[in-house]
Amino acid sequence: MRIDKQVREAVDRLELPFNELGIDPFGISKADLRIWGTAVGAFYRYYFSVQTEGIENVPTRGRAMLVGNHSGGIAIDAAMVVISCLLEMNPSRLAQGMAEKFINRVPFLGSWASRTGHLTGLPEHAERLLMDDRLLMVFPEGARGTAKLFNERNSLVDFGSGFVRLALKTNTPIVPFAVLGGGEAFPTIANAYKLGRAFGLPYIPVVAYGIPLPLPAKIEIEYAPPMHFTGTGNEDDAVVHGYVDKVKEVIAGMIHKGAGRRRGEPAQLTEGRS
Amino acid sequence: MRILIPGAAGAIARKVALRLKDEGHEVVGLDRRPWVDAPIEFHEVDIRKRAAEDVFRKVRPQAMVHMATVTSLVVPGEERYQINLGGTRAVFEYAREYGVEHCVFVGRHTFYGAGPDSPLFHKEDEPPLELNRFPELADLVAADLYAAAALWRSPELATTVLRFCYTLGASSHGTLGGFLRGRRVPMVLGFDPLFQFLHEDDVVRAIALTLGKRPRGVFNVAGPQPLPLSRVIREAARIPFSVPEFILSGMLGRFGFPKLPSGAVTHLKYPVVVDAGAFREQTGFAHEHDEIETIRAYREAVPLPP
Repeated sequence: MRIDKQVREAVDRLELPFNELGIDPFGISKADLRIWGTAVGAFYRYYFSVQTEGIENVPTRGRAMLVGNHSGGIAIDAAMVVISCLLEMNPSRLAQGMAEKFINRVPFLGSWASRTGHLTGLPEHAERLLMDDRLLMVFPEGARGTAKLFNERNSLVDFGSGFVRLALKTNTPIVPFAVLGGGEAFPTIANAYKLGRAFGLPYIPVVAYGIPLPLPAKIEIEYAPPMHFTGTGNEDDAVVHGYVDKVKEVIAGMIHKGAGRRRGEPAQLTEGRS
Repeated sequence: MRILIPGAAGAIARKVALRLKDEGHEVVGLDRRPWVDAPIEFHEVDIRKRAAEDVFRKVRPQAMVHMATVTSLVVPGEERYQINLGGTRAVFEYAREYGVEHCVFVGRHTFYGAGPDSPLFHKEDEPPLELNRFPELADLVAADLYAAAALWRSPELATTVLRFCYTLGASSHGTLGGFLRGRRVPMVLGFDPLFQFLHEDDVVRAIALTLGKRPRGVFNVAGPQPLPLSRVIREAARIPFSVPEFILSGMLGRFGFPKLPSGAVTHLKYPVVVDAGAFREQTGFAHEHDEIETIRAYREAVPLPP
């Protein structure tokens, strides 16, 4: 496979402690990142024509938590967020997601996920990555987020609150982001939960056109300025939920504006956000 | 200091014995396996037999390094249970009886087991969660917990339980060294777990350091960062040979592939990696050989079979 030049340079610019074999202490592999980045980077650029706004809001160094909405059946949004941080940032950064637990049981999928930095979604992993000053990518909606149907694509389901407690405990800034177009790229009309469970998956998304491959919809990613909350992580639920709602509000605002823009309403890319 | 080493005839244990002797300690070995021309005082006795107690009585060691445990790869069945659990119980009882001040239990990081939902870096306070998948580990886990229980059962005895990651090096012994010996090394198709290993000279240094510092408690011991199994195999100049899990289970022990209990296949699918921060902090241990040098030492010592 021919490695994309820009991807190669971006992987080389990553400030991760790779050893001379190109493996970091968490098992992330430069070689695998290059292959994955070349393949998914092509989708980012040519297939979904991803447009990224506000990448300057992602800190170039130090721990940070990217928190955003999920949509589109098979987590295309997560892959696009990772590519945007890899290709659009300088120095490039590797956003490390928290993989759904079933991924580790699936041959190839699990080892690809861990070689490209996405460890199983355990609180220990998230905390360890942040304490190591890495960039963590969190989808507080979890699998319920990717399970959204086409007509729910621009909505948000319940947010878990673990990410805020972790941010408070580790004193990590939260960078909210919104992804638009994931639902259009993968327009789920139904989810087969029982069939999915038979294969060890949370569900299998069903699309109207039969073959479960994404459509070339335009995807937009917008990053908002970092939000800082101070505390210990042991606050009352009411306090934590208040912070969760603040983050959720920022994300909902970006989705609302973006959805309007996509419907052809006047563009207001950066106005009116606080 | 007078140091008694049950299990002294093992490959790493011999190195430990020689190192401690070089440091000026009086070292006495104990093993049911022979050590011909041992350069230390050596008793060829079974730790479960009365003669072993006599050695404790006569020698009156101040410290003990218990290295007489075996894996299911070496001793199958009931006997292993008796060696690991019966033996550990015996030496701890003798240690208490005959006034040993410091006991070091040399255990293994496979204590934690391998599973899809395990955290990548195990800490000492985690329970052994994956025993149901690999019941052949039960006796080693029980021995480890028994040794750790000495921390509260015999507070007068300083006890250190060390959970070492895999060992690799020139002597080519140990679980990982044996697994890598053939030309083709089996892997489970679609899985490539991280493997964590320490150069055998670093293992010896860690044990010597433990005797000097006498830290009480349970400690993971590891050095360099882990590597994916496929990279370990290639760096050892072997060929990774991936087969689907159901075929692999049938192949083990045949066609020149290493013989493994079926539960060991989970250790080829999921990593067992430990966080060794507490040991480094308590003892100041730092490894001298990085992961690449360590594999190179193995590769040079164990040439490819024809």
